[in-house]
Amino acid sequence: MALIQFTNKGIYCKQGDFYIDPWRPVDKAVITHGHADHAKWGNKSYLCHALTKPILEERYGLYDNVETLPYNEQININGVKLSMFPAGHVIGSAQIRLEYKGEIVVISGDYKTEYDGISTAFEPVKCHTFVSESTFGLPIYKWQPQQLIFNSIDNWIADNHAKNKTSVLVAYSLGKAQRLIHNLKADYPIYVHRTIAALNGAFQRAGVELPTTVQINPDIKKDELQKGIVIVPPALADSKWIKSLINPATGICSGWMAVRAGRRWRSADAGFALSDHADWPGLLDAIKATEAEKVMVTHGSTAIFSRYLNEIGIEAEEVKTQYGDEEAEESIEKVEELKL
Amino acid sequence: MKRFAQLIQELELSNKTNDKIAALIAYFSEADDRDKPYVIAMFTGKRPKRPITTTFIKQWAIELTGLPEWLFTESYHSVGDLSETIALVLPPATHTVEKPLHQWIGELAQLHGKTDEEKKDYILTSWDSLATQERFIFNKLISGNFRIGVSNKMLVNAIAKQSEQEANKIMHSIMGKWQPNDITYEELTAGAHVNTDNSWPYPFCLAYAIDTEPENLGEPTDWQAEWKWDGIRGQIVKRNGELFIWSRGEELVTDQFPELHFLKDELPNGTVLDGEILAVKDGNVLSFSTLQQRLNRKTINKSQLENAPIGFFTYDLLELKGTDVRTEPLSKRRQWLEEIIQKLTTKDIAILSPVIKYESWQELAEIRETAREINSEGIMLKHMNSIFHAGRKRGDWWKWKINPYTVDTVMIYAQKGSGRRANFYTDYTFAVRDGEKLITIAKAYSGLTDKEIKEVNSFVNKNAIEKFGPVRTVKPELVFEIAFEGIAESKRHKAGLALRFPRIARWRKDKKADEINTLDDLRALIPATT
Repeated sequence: MALIQFTNKGIYCKQGDFYIDPWRPVDKAVITHGHADHAKWGNKSYLCHALTKPILEERYGLYDNVETLPYNEQININGVKLSMFPAGHVIGSAQIRLEYKGEIVVISGDYKTEYDGISTAFEPVKCHTFVSESTFGLPIYKWQPQQLIFNSIDNWIADNHAKNKTSVLVAYSLGKAQRLIHNLKADYPIYVHRTIAALNGAFQRAGVELPTTVQINPDIKKDELQKGIVIVPPALADSKWIKSLINPATGICSGWMAVRAGRRWRSADAGFALSDHADWPGLLDAIKATEAEKVMVTHGSTAIFSRYLNEIGIEAEEVKTQYGDEEAEESIEKVEELKL
Repeated sequence: MKRFAQLIQELELSNKTNDKIAALIAYFSEADDRDKPYVIAMFTGKRPKRPITTTFIKQWAIELTGLPEWLFTESYHSVGDLSETIALVLPPATHTVEKPLHQWIGELAQLHGKTDEEKKDYILTSWDSLATQERFIFNKLISGNFRIGVSNKMLVNAIAKQSEQEANKIMHSIMGKWQPNDITYEELTAGAHVNTDNSWPYPFCLAYAIDTEPENLGEPTDWQAEWKWDGIRGQIVKRNGELFIWSRGEELVTDQFPELHFLKDELPNGTVLDGEILAVKDGNVLSFSTLQQRLNRKTINKSQLENAPIGFFTYDLLELKGTDVRTEPLSKRRQWLEEIIQKLTTKDIAILSPVIKYESWQELAEIRETAREINSEGIMLKHMNSIFHAGRKRGDWWKWKINPYTVDTVMIYAQKGSGRRANFYTDYTFAVRDGEKLITIAKAYSGLTDKEIKEVNSFVNKNAIEKFGPVRTVKPELVFEIAFEGIAESKRHKAGLALRFPRIARWRKDKKADEINTLDDLRALIPATT
């Protein structure tokens, strides 16, 4: 029997009787990372990396029923050996390695191959079956080295300052925001939305070092914000609050910004193709490094990417899951104006 | 080319007109003088003949990347622009070369007459020396098709500010006949070439849609009412024995419309007419789709001339006996126009667009309802004392269009959008009922909110029946009201008819698929005159 099955509740390991990133409530959930489409509320018990726990605490108030595991350490669940390896996607993100009677399956969750300076660097894991995401599974997506992207963001901010504009960066609150805070030049104070501040606090309590930021509150004057850098989650991208700032200039940080149509569709002043997902060469390199005999392609360009893998001699099939792309999900929802 | 690439990026990054104008002004102040006329030419759609076909460019790019063709095609579907797709999929450049824009354009022009091998060698070498953004621009230079969201008005305003000249004059100048390789930016802004050029047209006077009840405009006697025609706005210029026909796209289209060439002999020198190029038979206006058979063609055959004969409905007179009369009141210009048209010996081709006689706004509103019967889009209201403004100006001219047609349809196909929208089904095909069958009548992209797009997307994901490449057949369940401006018979469409400007008016969640309109309902709307 196969070690994993795709069921209507999620990816299920029958031998071990647990689910990986289930989208419906189950008894035992193994979580790859803290994004809402992978870590859902309502499971009886959770197993995740030690740095994903603070996210579950912060977002869902889960304390008692969350067990943690460090990277590269093996445990045994009903005879299935389970270990976690860094996925490089966001802080605490892990690939789940399962081994049973000599058969090895790795579930990647979301991953990126470039080291971002803050999430533990991606580590390829040899396996028989590799479950891979394919969010940016088209050859048009080839990221620039992140230092070049941060240089252009830094230049954009400096230019905004020279023109008396307020720099507003739009970044997903878990992952992208911390990556920006860590990598931007420390020339200006950074003001963050409360959802970002809450996660920063949770990470800091768990021992992650982050530069100091200020949570945005109504007492901070608009001209102070203008002299700093403002970071908000995608749901606030077109909000009235941003329009109320002094000459706001909005910069969206997302892999979708690599394509002009992506930049134009969003009413932003700048787009930076900074992604927490693997690009096309990244996906191919990662898959080849696993030496997997079979690749199961989930969320993203599943049909295209699996067809291509088959053509280059890697057996692959597309599987339906309910995972999405956190950037697209949150930004299209246009949640009612979030309170500060 | 770096400076030009920067300009393009700035123009794309901002969605505010003032920022775009500021970027253009900065460019025209800083760029290489020899580049500037080329940029103006590109932005106003003056295209050089393309040296290499798209087929070749695509083929070479595919060869170079080693990608299978289907994957390249999928990439193109996602990006939505061939130049950009190629720029993105090519391997990174091995070195960088910086040449000024005019040099790149000059080199591309010299490819004419070279062998395919020589062309290929040049393109591949160039690609290998350019970063992604510059590569995209280079590809656009090959196609000559640069749509970048800069309107002529925006460009003219920027050049006018930068060169401290009047916008009118700049508009004249860049609309005239000139070649970017033998004019300097200074000559262009000074309008050195336009005085000696017989062809130059005037900027068109454009109207805004009326935003109030006509009653609020004042007395009917102060307003001239005319039919608003759905054709190609044009200007006919006769000077020194030469005839020129300009379209509002600022292209010279003289050769496309031989029916109008008699005006070369019959119009007095120093005459400029404003009007609409239309398909006209026996003095009656035919549908826009008939006119379409005659647009953008290099050669015209006999059957096209017979099926879609051209006429020119005149609106206004801009130049009389070599004198610019645009600042004379409309009532006077109309009188002169009538005299000129009456003196033509060839009748029924250059026609006076009739003035509608009406006593009250109420009466005019009733007349407006009959517009469709004569293939008109509604009514134009022009103040009797109005001058012929350059461009769009509020207050003197108003368009008062009839409300669009609407039809209830069901969605049957969905396709993912491009780029950022690549993850969502945003392009839909709609059908009406024809007996037991559903028959496709329109494709539409716009009209839904982000929230609705997401809802439709999840419906498509759950209800997809078949896949054809990027297209999904979906369960015919969602009903949408489609609005459109016109309808005509069409042999190219399965339904036997074509809609003009279809778009989603609203999602009819209150209706079920069996409540949609039928093909016969639509056929009944086709005007008898087509």
